[in-house]
Amino acid sequence: MVARTLAWKRYNWRVVWLSLLYALFLIGAVYGFKHKLVAEPLTYAVAILPALPIIGIFGAIGRYLVEEQDEYVRMLMVRQTLWASGFALSCATIWGFLDSFDLVGHLDGYYVVIAWYFGLGIGGLFNKLTLGEGGC
Amino acid sequence: MENRLRPLRATRNWSQQDMAERLEVSRQSVNAIETGKYDPSLPLAFRIAELFGLPIEEIFVSPSRRSSKAI
Repeated sequence: MVARTLAWKRYNWRVVWLSLLYALFLIGAVYGFKHKLVAEPLTYAVAILPALPIIGIFGAIGRYLVEEQDEYVRMLMVRQTLWASGFALSCATIWGFLDSFDLVGHLDGYYVVIAWYFGLGIGGLFNKLTLGEGGC
Repeated sequence: MENRLRPLRATRNWSQQDMAERLEVSRQSVNAIETGKYDPSLPLAFRIAELFGLPIEEIFVSPSRRSSKAI
């Protein structure tokens, strides 16, 4: 968790709007496919639609890192995202090999994003444990 | 990095929040710098020095000098 700077507030707003857009696109895409309202070649575009706001959230994180004027708070977020990336990539690699040897079931690729967000939480905890009061 | 921020702040009766507002950073940042958990960038170190009207080396202890003292 980081201090409530102006850049952080802007980032939160962007994430809220993108999350609403994600919910809207996901519901729309599921409804469209379920009721066979989408025909080729539009199927690819509609299937990708819910991914766009998620990509937008990655962009919002990048924008936040650019806009954040407090260098220490920015460093906390960089550490968190490094933890998130390392955690998600490690999970994907381990799961990939387990899957290759038929030891686990197949998972959809977007679970990497869920692991990445979980990794952000781990990064926040790491900041708190290593930097104490200044790390939250 | 070791520093004299806490005693300098005390001489002016400033809380960490007061100092953070003067430097336009978060209180977290002041706390992290003061406790030596975070080394500020050169521009921020200059802002801190200017805030107290002192040269940087009178606020922050050079790590190389500190190690040579230990020898």
